[in-house]
Amino acid sequence: MEVIYITIGVSIIVAVMFFIAFIKSVKSGQYEDTYTPSVRMLFDDELVKPTKKKKTNNNQ
Amino acid sequence: MDVCYHCGNDCEDKSLKIEQKYFCCNGCKTVFEILNQSELNCYYDFEKTPGSIPNDIKEKYGYLDHQEIIEKLTSFSDETTEVVQLYIPTIHCSSCIWILENLHKLNDGIVTSTVNFPDKTVRFTYKNQEISLRKVVELMSSIGYEPYISLDDTEGAKNKVDKTLIYQVTVAAFVFGNVMLLSFPEYFEVDEYWLNQYKYVFRGLMLVMSIPVVFFSARDYFISAYKGISHRILNIDIPIALGIAVLFVRSVVEVLFDIGGGFFDSLTGLVFFLLLGKFFQKKTYNYLSFERDYKSYFPIAVTKICENGEESIPLQNIKKRDRLLIRNEELIPVDCILISGNASIDYSFVTGEAVPVEKESGAKLFAGGKQTAGAIEIEVVETIEQSYLTQLWGNDVFAKKSTKSIKNLTDSISKYFTMAILTIATVAGIYWSFIDVGIAVNVVTAVLIIACPCALALSAPFALGNILRIFGLRKFYVKNADTVEHLAKIDTIVFDKTGTLTSTSNSEISYTGTALTKEEQVILKSLLRMSNHPLSRALYAYLPVAYKKLEVQDFEEVLGKGVAATVGEMSVKFGAASFVGANKGSTNSTVIYVRLNEQVKGYYELKNQYREKVSQVFSALAPNYKLVVLSGDNDGERAYLEEILPKNTELVFHQKPEDKLDFIKNLQESKCVLMVGDGLNDAGALMQSNVGISISENINVFSPACDIIMDAKLFRKLPDFMRYAKKTVLIIKMSFGLSFMYNLVGMYFALTGMLTPVVAAILMPLSSITIVIFVTLCTNLLTKK
Repeated sequence: MEVIYITIGVSIIVAVMFFIAFIKSVKSGQYEDTYTPSVRMLFDDELVKPTKKKKTNNNQ
Repeated sequence: MDVCYHCGNDCEDKSLKIEQKYFCCNGCKTVFEILNQSELNCYYDFEKTPGSIPNDIKEKYGYLDHQEIIEKLTSFSDETTEVVQLYIPTIHCSSCIWILENLHKLNDGIVTSTVNFPDKTVRFTYKNQEISLRKVVELMSSIGYEPYISLDDTEGAKNKVDKTLIYQVTVAAFVFGNVMLLSFPEYFEVDEYWLNQYKYVFRGLMLVMSIPVVFFSARDYFISAYKGISHRILNIDIPIALGIAVLFVRSVVEVLFDIGGGFFDSLTGLVFFLLLGKFFQKKTYNYLSFERDYKSYFPIAVTKICENGEESIPLQNIKKRDRLLIRNEELIPVDCILISGNASIDYSFVTGEAVPVEKESGAKLFAGGKQTAGAIEIEVVETIEQSYLTQLWGNDVFAKKSTKSIKNLTDSISKYFTMAILTIATVAGIYWSFIDVGIAVNVVTAVLIIACPCALALSAPFALGNILRIFGLRKFYVKNADTVEHLAKIDTIVFDKTGTLTSTSNSEISYTGTALTKEEQVILKSLLRMSNHPLSRALYAYLPVAYKKLEVQDFEEVLGKGVAATVGEMSVKFGAASFVGANKGSTNSTVIYVRLNEQVKGYYELKNQYREKVSQVFSALAPNYKLVVLSGDNDGERAYLEEILPKNTELVFHQKPEDKLDFIKNLQESKCVLMVGDGLNDAGALMQSNVGISISENINVFSPACDIIMDAKLFRKLPDFMRYAKKTVLIIKMSFGLSFMYNLVGMYFALTGMLTPVVAAILMPLSSITIVIFVTLCTNLLTKK
C-alpha cells in the first residue's frame, strides 16, 4: 500500500501543473477577449483565392 | 427598393452602381472600390451590407503629425515600429473583424492589426518609416472605420484590469477540489487499518493546502472586517472572517493534537462559494464608460491661426485671445467669440437640443458645441478650465469618489445578525462550561462556524449579479450591483427636459403660411437633397412627397443662410428670414422660410419632439414617485407639459448646470433622488444624485459620468426597470429568511455539541447552493413577463 504515496503525489503534481497553466493563461491575457478568436478562426483562405465565395455563419 | 451594397441604406438614386450593385452615396461607392482593388471584397461575404458611410475628414487629423501627440497616444515606439490602440465605435460584425485584421493588404506599412471585439478596439503595429499615425487613421476613416480619439486618450495609461479576484477564486477552487477528495475517508469514521495508517498524511496535506486559501483567497474578508471594526460598523464580513478564522484554528488544533480531522473541506468550500458570489456580481461592460468627463468629448488638438499660416496645437496650450480655426463637424473646445464664417452650432450633447443654432459674427459661442456649416474663425475668451461648461467639473461632487452613502441591504441586516450569534455563543459557552469545559470550547467554536453567514452573504451577490446581466441584455447598463439596491430605494425622479424627454435625433416640423402644392413640394425636396445642411436633411426627411430628378439652374448654397436656385421657370429660395426677405416673426424656434417666384409662401418651424410615450411613462410612475422636470430652457413649453404630464409633476425652468446640481442637493435632504439626464450640462446633477441615469441615442460614444447608461429607445420601459429593481430587493429579503432557517437547523447541531465534520460538510454547501438556485430562478421569473 506504500504505492498510495506515489499516486497521491502524482495526482497533486498533475493538478498543480494545470493550476499553473491556468494562472499563466490568465496572466498572458487570454481571457480578456473571449469573443474575437471564435470569429477569427472561421476566416481561412479568402485572400489566397479571392474568387471563391464562402459564407460563414453570421455572428452578430 | 434597392439597398446600398455597402451600408444597407435605401438607395433612392439609382445612378451609383457597379455591376448590379447599388450604392447610396459616393462615400460608400469609394469604399467598395478601394476594397475591390485590393481584392478584399470578401468583406461583403461574411455579412450583408456590413459597412458604414465614411465621414469626410479632410484636415481633421492634422494634429497627429505632432511628435508630442504621437508619443502620448502610442503604447510603444522606437525608430522603426510603433504600436497604437484605437477605439473604433463602428465595429459591429464579423466582417469588421476580418477587414480590420487584413489592413496590411491595403498598406504595406501596417505589420499587424488585432481586433478586440468586445472592447471595440484595434491594436496596430506599423512601420513608422512607411506610414505615419495620421496616415493609419486616415486609411481607417476612408473605409468607414473612423477611430474615436479624445483628450482622455492622452492622459496616462488606462486602468489595468485587476485580476487578483480571478487568482483568489482559482486558488480556492483548486484547493477545495483536492481537499474534498482527501477528506472523504474521514466521513465514514471506520476503523479500517489502512485508513488509520494514512489519515495523518491526508490531514497534513489538507492543512498545508488550506493555508493559501485562508491567507490569500480569504484575505479581503479579514481586511474588510478589520476596517468595519475600526469604523465601528458591524458589516457582514465580520461574522464571515470570524467563521473562517475559527474554522481554520480549530481544524489546525484538531490535526496537530490528533483530536479529529478538522473542517478543512467546509473551510475551503465556504471561501470558494463566497468568492464565486463576488466574481458573479462583477459584471463589467468594457466598451462602456461610466466615468466620462468633458475630456472624453474634446479633441486633442485644434488649429491655431498665426501670422505664418495655420498650426496644430494641443488643447492645453490654448491661451486667451488666440485665433482658432474650427472646421466643419469639429467641436468648439473653449468659450469664444465668432470672428468670421457662418456658425451653425449643434449643442446636442451639451443640452440635448436637436436643432443647430445659427450665430452671427461677434456672438459668443460656448465650449462643447459642434460646428455644422463650413469652417469658422474664433477668438478665445476663456481657457479650457475656465469655460462655462468645464467649470462644472471644478465642483466638489467630482472631487470625491463614490461617497453615495446608502448602506447596502446585507450590511444593515448583518448588524443584528452579528450581535445575535455573539450572544448565542457566549450564553452557550457559559452554560456548557458548568458541565464540561472541553465541550464548552467545542460548542462555542461550532456556533461560530455554523453561523458563518455563507448563504446570507451569497444571496445578494447572486440576485444582483443576475439582474445586472438581465438588464444588460435589455440594453439597460448598470454600473454595479449596489446601484440596483439604490434604485429600489428611490422615491423622487428628476428628469431633464431637452434631450431626455425630447428626442435629439428627430424634430417636429410644422408649416405655417400658404399651402404648397404637390409640385412645389417636389421641387423643394429635390433642392433640399442637394444641400448638406442638417436642417435641409431634416426637412428633406419630413416632406411627404417623392423625390424627382429635375433640371436645376443657378444652384447656390450660402452657408448658414439658405439655398437659391431656378427650376424651369420658377425661382426658388429657402432659408433664414433675412435671406428670403421675409419679416422675422417673434418665434424663438428655428424656422426655414420658403420663397417661390418672389413671393414668400410661408415657413417650416422645427421644434423638439417629445419621445414616444412620455406621458404614459409619467403616469405609470406618478403613483409611486414624486416627479420633477428640470430644464435649462425658458418656460415656453410649460402649458404643453402641464397638459401631457400628471397633475402633481413639478416643473422647474431656467436652470443652469450648477443650479441643477444644487436643486438635487436640496431635494436629497429629505428624499432619495434619481436623476435622468443626457447632455454634459446634466453631468453635475447626475453625479450628485443617488442614482444617475444617462439616456443616450448612441451608447457607444456619448454619455456623461453616471451610474446607469440607457438606450434612448427604451425610455418607455423605465417604469419596468424600476419595478424589477424593487422586486429584486424583495427576493433578496426572502432568501435571507431561507438562509436563517438553515442557520437555525445548524444551530441545533452546534448547541447540542453534535456538529461533526460530515454535518458541516453537508449543511454548508447545501444551504449555499439552494440559496443560489432560489435567487437565480426568482430573478429570471420576475423579468420573464
